[in-house]
Amino acid sequence: MSVLDMSQMELRELNSTLQAAAKDRKNEAFDITNPRGSHAVAVGLDGPLSVTIKGSTGYYCAGMNKEATVTVEGSTGPGVAENMMSGMVTIEGDASQYAGATGRGGLLNIKGNASSRCGISMKGIDIVVHGNIGHMSAFMAQRGNLVVLGDAGDALGDSLYEARLFVRGKVKSLGADCVEKEMRPEHIAFLKDILEKTGADAKPEEFKRYGSSRKLYNFNIDHADEY
Amino acid sequence: MCGIVGLFLKKDDLRPKLGDMLTDMLITMTERGPDSAGIAIYGDESDGVKITVQSDTPDVDFAGLEDDLSKAAGVGVSVKVVSTHAVIKAPMEAEAALLAAVEAKGLRVMGVGESMEIYKEIGLPKDVAARFGIREMGGSHGIGHTRMATESAVTTQGAHPFSTADDQCLVHNGSLSNHNSMRRKLAKKGVFTKTENDTEVGAAYISSRIAEGASLGEALEGTLKDLDGFFTFVTGTKNGFGVVRDPIACKPAIMAETEDYVAFASEYRAFADLPGIEAARVWEPEPATVYFWER
Repeated sequence: MSVLDMSQMELRELNSTLQAAAKDRKNEAFDITNPRGSHAVAVGLDGPLSVTIKGSTGYYCAGMNKEATVTVEGSTGPGVAENMMSGMVTIEGDASQYAGATGRGGLLNIKGNASSRCGISMKGIDIVVHGNIGHMSAFMAQRGNLVVLGDAGDALGDSLYEARLFVRGKVKSLGADCVEKEMRPEHIAFLKDILEKTGADAKPEEFKRYGSSRKLYNFNIDHADEY
Repeated sequence: MCGIVGLFLKKDDLRPKLGDMLTDMLITMTERGPDSAGIAIYGDESDGVKITVQSDTPDVDFAGLEDDLSKAAGVGVSVKVVSTHAVIKAPMEAEAALLAAVEAKGLRVMGVGESMEIYKEIGLPKDVAARFGIREMGGSHGIGHTRMATESAVTTQGAHPFSTADDQCLVHNGSLSNHNSMRRKLAKKGVFTKTENDTEVGAAYISSRIAEGASLGEALEGTLKDLDGFFTFVTGTKNGFGVVRDPIACKPAIMAETEDYVAFASEYRAFADLPGIEAARVWEPEPATVYFWER
């Protein structure tokens, strides 16, 4: 276990140390101390590495993650795990706006709440939020799964493509083209697996599934006069 | 971008440290706004009125100011010069005469009130704070701003906080899209702004609503209906501290509360040095929701 102390080390040096260790592929483990809300901590990791951040971070923590496991023992600012490719990012506290935005793979596990635009334009990532999510979450989401144990804010899944949204609590309102869909056995099986993997205290049967009604996929000729 | 900070103390024992804490919070937000910085601090109440004025040529304008103003107002006036700013203290009844006198001398009025003083200038937050000795100032609450100019010029007048009524001030992160039409509407009611700045319109809107009898909470609710654009507003009054974000809420905001204080900032970084922050309740204010504390 190596300890990198951010009160003694510049951000650029910290990230290049982590990125080099990720490339070495020796499955090293690092503790990051004194993050104090810093931006862009542990970004661009491209290899199997275990990083634990002892405190809260600012913008874009663990962005572009590939294969690495990053745990934040605190809360994160906007854009955590943005464009993640694979690996796992766990937030013990809350996540700010657009958590997991444009994520292409991997698992983002948020144990607190996530605020607005969680999973915006997600493209294959799985996101589990143990608390609530804010408004405009999964806007234009294309692929992957967003699982929410708490409530969802306004306009969930606005202009949604093929991502699957599972919400256990109340949904304040659904966005354009987002509808409730039936829960089939494969959805129950998926939820059972991911809830177990993330240590989430919920049963698959308690969730409702939402998805695209696919009405925005094609131009509706009846609307031609409106243009 | 812009960076906002605010600190409202619930207990008196932290009062001497208010300026120090706010300065550290403000400096942390430098990257969000290096154009100008400003701070409004609610310090000890004077027996009368305090008028904070600014001059680009303080050596000339502030020389003999105390005597000139005493003569103009016909009462004893004290003047404390702090760099480009001066705080004029006088009995309450002299307020109107003094305001006319300072404006006749071409001084810019930053703020007026029983407890509020406003200091703002172009430059980096650390330089602005040092110039005015903000660290040494005590008080009950204060708000600060680091500006990245978008809607109007980088000038002292364009720096935040904006004050449009006694002991009221406002800082803003965002940009209002209907500020010109709102400015005209307010002017029809006799409420005039001094700059082309969109934020001043937000401040004037709130002040005019309060003058019409609304509570600060109601006035902040009104911004959601009547102001268009992106905004996170943090406001101060003599006894209160309020926060509101627009319904889209794309401008960042975070709050922290302990038994000792309520703090607001654009980013968590600004909280890192606050006492007891590890155990504080930390949350993001909801969109289109008014938060308000009063003592």
